[in-house]
Amino acid sequence: MALKSLHKRESDLANSKRQLEILSNGIFQNGELPTFKNKIAETNQFPLKAKKLEILQINVGYMCNQVCDHCHVDAGPDRKEIMTKTTMTQCLEVIKNTGAHTLDLTGGAPEMNPNFRWFVEEAAKAGIKDFIVRSNLTIIRANKKYYDLPEFFKKHNIHVVSSMPHWTRGKTDKQRGDGVFDKSIKALQDLNAIGYGMPESGLKLDLVYNPSGAFLPGDQMAMEKDFKKALKEDFNIQFHNLFAITNLPISRFLDYLIASENYEDYMYSLVEAYNPAAVKNVMCTNTLSISWDGHLYDCDFNQMLNLPVNSKAKHISKFNEELLEGREIVISQHCYGCTAGAGSSCQGSVA
Amino acid sequence: MQKSYYDPADLKKFGKISEWNQELGDKFFEYYGKVFEEGALTAREKSLIALAVSHTEQCPYCIDAYTKDTLQRGVTKEEMMEAIHVGAAIKSGATLVHGVQMMNKVNKLDG
Ligand code: SF4
Ligand code: SF4
Repeated sequence: MALKSLHKRESDLANSKRQLEILSNGIFQNGELPTFKNKIAETNQFPLKAKKLEILQINVGYMCNQVCDHCHVDAGPDRKEIMTKTTMTQCLEVIKNTGAHTLDLTGGAPEMNPNFRWFVEEAAKAGIKDFIVRSNLTIIRANKKYYDLPEFFKKHNIHVVSSMPHWTRGKTDKQRGDGVFDKSIKALQDLNAIGYGMPESGLKLDLVYNPSGAFLPGDQMAMEKDFKKALKEDFNIQFHNLFAITNLPISRFLDYLIASENYEDYMYSLVEAYNPAAVKNVMCTNTLSISWDGHLYDCDFNQMLNLPVNSKAKHISKFNEELLEGREIVISQHCYGCTAGAGSSCQGSVA
Repeated sequence: MQKSYYDPADLKKFGKISEWNQELGDKFFEYYGKVFEEGALTAREKSLIALAVSHTEQCPYCIDAYTKDTLQRGVTKEEMMEAIHVGAAIKSGATLVHGVQMMNKVNKLDG
């Protein structure tokens, strides 16, 4: 696990411009590998355009109780960017009027925002159909004040989506920090105990798997089978679906790729695994990402790269669904992470 | 002159062997692909077998490819090491079991 965020370390890569430069230079500048734009143009898929909005993904802050090695948010306890109640109120206005059916709360650890529960309660009143919270699991065990989170999730019928890098302690703790595995197991057992993740239960519990190093995720269904078997046998834990997600070469994962001299090989793997069929379903085509300070982005990755939406409506206060529909998606080479193999999104494979 | 017999970049060019014999190349790659599909054995189990055999064959390309492939399938390093020990045990066992042949011969010639 990293000790501090790139921001706290004042790393060169904390600067999103620097990350974008790296992604555009070198092997992509000298023509060794095609740019994402040229690649999707081969199958007439450029420009990539947003379709009807279905999912609003709100990042309520970059603060987190963990400092995972590959975090694309560069989250950690040292990040102070937190969504205020004022911005939340603006979000609620949008939620009440939007055609989107899913609200997806992410962070950092979204539960650490002091107004998290208030926001969930208000948003629930607005009648969103599918309500997702991306919980890192350990937060549930981090402090007494969070122990009742499973009950809170249940009360609002929240769909819990949680990261679990592996079914073994060694691989999990290497990526996410010592003790994370045991706490995550305990949290999953707590969630199971109140009905989350049980086969016939409507309380949805899904896990997210992303590789612990410079390689792509294996087949989602095969991984799900292995996760289910191991977690059931070893800990009597059950869950619904596993989403296999590709690590995108940005932020701390980019830092890791460069430091471990894996960057070029990894980009080759992504480009080689490029699947044109995944392009039409990349998540930016039906999702909008809102940052802690209310700015709008095509996805959480573009948010971290500081690439705002290509639209006049750039802030939640100017939200306009009609204006945003059909907007051209802002792309760079990190997008190859969404189109490798079976594709990758916050809901797992897309092709 | 090329400095070494093996170049990691050559692994990516494997498919090119078909250029000099399309029919046999195609048949081989089709067969290869089929072998590794999920069947009575899972693709994960097949990948581990391939990793062990890559070592007994001492093929650097295969070791490169199947180390990555097993990692992608969530195989742990403990499982990987056990798999190559299986390969190594068979390799050394196969060497040593021929000792019986030697013993037979010695007994016959000099018994
Ligand atoms: S739990 Fe999630 S947000 Fe927090 S550091 Fe880890 S990957 Fe980042
Ligand atoms: S990185 Fe974002 S913008 Fe690029 S394809 Fe993926 S979801 Fe779309």
